[in-house]
Amino acid sequence: MSAVATVLYFASLRDAAGVASEQVPVGGDLAGLYERLRARHGFALARDRLRVAVDGEFAPWEQAVVAGSEIAFIPPVSGG
Amino acid sequence: MDTPSQSRFQLAATPFDVAALRAQLLDDRVGGFTSFEGWVRNHNDGRRVRGLHYQAYEDLALREGERVLDEALARFDIIDARCVHRMGELAIGELAVWVGVSAAHRDAAFAACRFVIDEIKARVPIWKQERYLEGDSGWLHPRPR
Repeated sequence: MSAVATVLYFASLRDAAGVASEQVPVGGDLAGLYERLRARHGFALARDRLRVAVDGEFAPWEQAVVAGSEIAFIPPVSGG
Repeated sequence: MDTPSQSRFQLAATPFDVAALRAQLLDDRVGGFTSFEGWVRNHNDGRRVRGLHYQAYEDLALREGERVLDEALARFDIIDARCVHRMGELAIGELAVWVGVSAAHRDAAFAACRFVIDEIKARVPIWKQERYLEGDSGWLHPRPR
């Protein structure tokens, strides 16, 4: 079994990706992961407009992508 | 501070009972109560809206929402506070978010209520998709205040 992390997509990212979640190979940092996924899925939002969370807590972009983690890219929020 | 029997911040998939939430905030020490109700309106940015869809990253939304309420209790001279945010499909006129705050005096009750709704809107991972009268829809991803 290869080492993978799970990525969750929300709102416009979910629409662009066409899936709510997917598994990705580990390695590199969260910033690099977003850029690779952005290139693949054509996300309109630049990274500086997003936050990122790992296992349900906000995380820094330079954090490593590790096996078994759940990574959520958080587009600008619009509750209320 | 009394320990609440349930979380101060909740997500709701169905309409919720405002009177029951308000009752949780009643206390003999309370001299002032404020609330905010966010309703679904029929227009935004010049477009005619026919409904909203809300989506959340629930785990983090519940944690971050709770942190906002905790900060309100730490920063303002209030006795208690609650916030409930709807999820899913909402029609025009439906209640999307409710905030309630109780305090000994009104100044803190007003200030804390404004703080809670502003911070919930800015920080909690909840997203709004507008359904337009023309048939299309769009997610809102606002720039920071």
